[in-house]
Amino acid sequence: MAAGAASGGSAQSDTYAEARTWLLLPAWAVLGIFILAPVLMMLVYSFLTKEFRGGVIWEFSFAAYDQFFCNRGLFGDEPCAIEWTFINIFWRSIWQAGAATLLSLVIGFPTAYFIATRPEKVRPIWVFLITIPYWVNLLIRTVSMKFMLRDQGPLNDFLISTGLIDSPIHIVNTNFAVQLGLFYSYLPFMVLPIYASVERYNFSLSEAAADLYASKWVTLRRVLLPAVKPGVIAGCILVFVPSLGSFLAPDLLGGAKNFMIGSLIEEQFKGNAGNWPFGAAASMILLTMVLIILLIFARQQAKAEKGAG
Amino acid sequence: MASRKYDIKSFPGFLPITALCLVILYAPLLVVTVYSLNDSNSITNWEGVSFRWYVDVFTGPESDKFKIAAWNSFTIAIVAATVSTTIATLAATAMIRGGRFRLRTVSFGLISLPLMVPEIVTAVATLIFFNSIGFTRGYLTILVAHIAFCIPFAYMPISARMQGIEDSYEQAAMDLYASKRQAFTKILLPLMLPGIISGFILAFIISLDDFIITNFVKGAGVETLPTAIFGSVKQGIKPNIMAISTMLLAVSIVMVTISYFVSKSDNTK
Amino acid sequence: MPEKSNAIDVVDAVKRYGDFTALQQISLSIFDNEFFTLLGPSGCGKTTLLRMIAGFEDVTEGAIFLFGEEIENLPPNKRPVNTVFQNYALFPHMTITENVAFGLEMRGKSKSEARTRAGEMLELVQLSQFAARKPSQLSGGQQQRVALARALAPQPKVLLLDEPLSALDLKLRQAMRFELKELQRETGITFIFVTHDQEEALTMSDRIAVMSAGEMQQLGEAKEIYERPHNMFVADFIGETNLLEVSVDQITNGRAVCHLGGGHELTCNEVQGVGVGSKVHMSVRPERLFLSDEPTETESLKGTVRDNIFVGTDIQTIVDLSDGPQMIVRTSNSDRGNKRIFDPGAQAYVNMESEAARLLVD
Repeated sequence: MAAGAASGGSAQSDTYAEARTWLLLPAWAVLGIFILAPVLMMLVYSFLTKEFRGGVIWEFSFAAYDQFFCNRGLFGDEPCAIEWTFINIFWRSIWQAGAATLLSLVIGFPTAYFIATRPEKVRPIWVFLITIPYWVNLLIRTVSMKFMLRDQGPLNDFLISTGLIDSPIHIVNTNFAVQLGLFYSYLPFMVLPIYASVERYNFSLSEAAADLYASKWVTLRRVLLPAVKPGVIAGCILVFVPSLGSFLAPDLLGGAKNFMIGSLIEEQFKGNAGNWPFGAAASMILLTMVLIILLIFARQQAKAEKGAG
Repeated sequence: MASRKYDIKSFPGFLPITALCLVILYAPLLVVTVYSLNDSNSITNWEGVSFRWYVDVFTGPESDKFKIAAWNSFTIAIVAATVSTTIATLAATAMIRGGRFRLRTVSFGLISLPLMVPEIVTAVATLIFFNSIGFTRGYLTILVAHIAFCIPFAYMPISARMQGIEDSYEQAAMDLYASKRQAFTKILLPLMLPGIISGFILAFIISLDDFIITNFVKGAGVETLPTAIFGSVKQGIKPNIMAISTMLLAVSIVMVTISYFVSKSDNTK
Repeated sequence: MPEKSNAIDVVDAVKRYGDFTALQQISLSIFDNEFFTLLGPSGCGKTTLLRMIAGFEDVTEGAIFLFGEEIENLPPNKRPVNTVFQNYALFPHMTITENVAFGLEMRGKSKSEARTRAGEMLELVQLSQFAARKPSQLSGGQQQRVALARALAPQPKVLLLDEPLSALDLKLRQAMRFELKELQRETGITFIFVTHDQEEALTMSDRIAVMSAGEMQQLGEAKEIYERPHNMFVADFIGETNLLEVSVDQITNGRAVCHLGGGHELTCNEVQGVGVGSKVHMSVRPERLFLSDEPTETESLKGTVRDNIFVGTDIQTIVDLSDGPQMIVRTSNSDRGNKRIFDPGAQAYVNMESEAARLLVD
């Protein structure tokens, strides 16, 4: 302890301080050129004119954003009225991602809590069990889910054989199937942060509450939940954000009726039918939404940390 | 503990929900594994156990397509994981052992950028980028894109590991007449090895699994396993797809298990 | 100024972190073949000074000399000085032998030569049978000895020890004090030892530098520091003491006549820098006090016994001086035959030899 304040003032080690520019250069170069520059280029493309066989013409244009937000009638010469088609797709995506997040929370919170209250030695094994499926190819998982949920699939077969239902339930190509797919895709993202914060939680606080005549459920709601809130919010963000832009679950499980942002964007770049500036604009709108959510989240976490520290 | 009547920590119903959670997570994988052993041409009827679809993957009419796709997938994954792990190790050294510096926050933001930007957006951006610089899409574009977005996945376990290693080890080495370079290669690198292996494996799996970005930047004619599988699945789920899926699933699980045990073997204790 | 015969000379060394000054103008000389201790509470700058000598911290201003050679600009791997780290910092991926041989190999010794010497060092610290083990397979005390062997193996000119005993339990710590002292005598290497434990410092050191708030408070032999503290901080930090506020009435022949609250008067040792009329503190160790029914020829102060506290080897008696401050008197249990224990409420006189009472500068 004595060394803490005296041994250099901070926990930030600087053994390799003089080499840091060279050490970071490859990362800066690769990420700057192949992630950051492309995102900026995408921003530029969203303000260009579309080429009919895919690609762009280098002429500045608001057309992509205009097409997204404005309905200018059949001949395109009317004043801007709000175009609901794409806003609705975004709205549906938000709704679907929200439902998937809620589903993950309802299942994920008790799971995370249960794992975090196991003896310390077996906790890593539980965590491992929860995370394995995440590392299995998302495509394979989504296909498996589809196979499982089909009208003639194992789930319906099982339910019919138990006599619970007479005829198969149609799940594939419904909103619920998409929500289930998203839930399945990102569940570990909900469980892990909640698990981490429950594990850090000091259970003598619950005991103190119980000692002061609070029932278990009141203790959970009034003492534990506020303490682990940052973990819960982190989990919700980590599920909601990738769900919002997901492509595989809505494409394979939702069918044509349950179009989400991901599919809308993908379509703009497929074959020759696409509209690249429009796809770029839709991507920018999605990216902006996600960054705003992350920014709010970061602010809140910073505030929560200040409050705790 | 278990015999106590009043346990402040336990809530009724949490155990069944955890069980349900595991069932939901594992049932589809289990079902696909079981049905990949189905001796039937149809995926609906069960006609006994056989390995015919596994044989079909290697010798059937689609086998050439899958072999090439598998070759592409694995070579890209190995190269992308190697390069991104190297870049991430260097970056982590600067971030964790480089003291305080002005560009630290910016660098961290840049490194985590692929995690914050939705995958479909990265895919679109990368496609547009290659298109705008006139780079023909193919094997190389996939590889480059994979290297870039694998960096944060390799970075996370490596930096976490390095944070857990006290700098007194390097100081002790230098106190005992080692140069900074020797302190890095003889002390820091061996201690970081579990983190580096975990980082490599995560990057490898992420690359192997990637569908969305690959689908955008692959160009005509070049397929990886996920894009090949997706193409097949679009025409309906066939038994040979379930056999391939099961094999890929096994690869992932083996890799993650290795990673788990490597990260558990803490050589600083 | 630096002398060739001194192991270390620190000349006007200053250490700043931004606006914060961790060390202000420290100058001290550490003799060759000396067990020297830097003692102070946490954050006093003692570890910073040690790390500056080792080369892990830059010297903001000033200079450091090692046997007359200026070293403050050399990197740690170029200084013939080795450190025993607080947490030992044994390389976890290497065996005990590899750990001890590391420094020798880095100095260019061949592998076999380094191993032979490592073997000798392990013999010196009686750990030969553990040579092939990894650090994690050793107990705390054994790890401590490996760290010593590793730091001594390259035959440094000075050995730095950064609170090396703080991670050990009490019994082991006491045994290691003796071992360390022995090792220093056997090897003839200068040891610079950092600790916050005054008992450790008093029992082991040839000389002690007491530090506080980045400044050196007093430098001297253990006995001198205990018996003749310069100032409030040293008196309070080293051992137990009664600190009383007094005002100085008169000074004659190195003796100061003072009075304290309640009209009590006593004669103390004079200290430089204290003049007539000044209000200062006086320190007197509880074991230098004794109680009596009647005043004695020594300095006697009248009071009432408040309580007796049994603390194993001694009994501590708390006395309220009439209309004055409280004092603690320590009576050794072995002395009980000769000395009376007063019950709470009893009237008694607190007595002391006048040289036991020392005036302090603040």
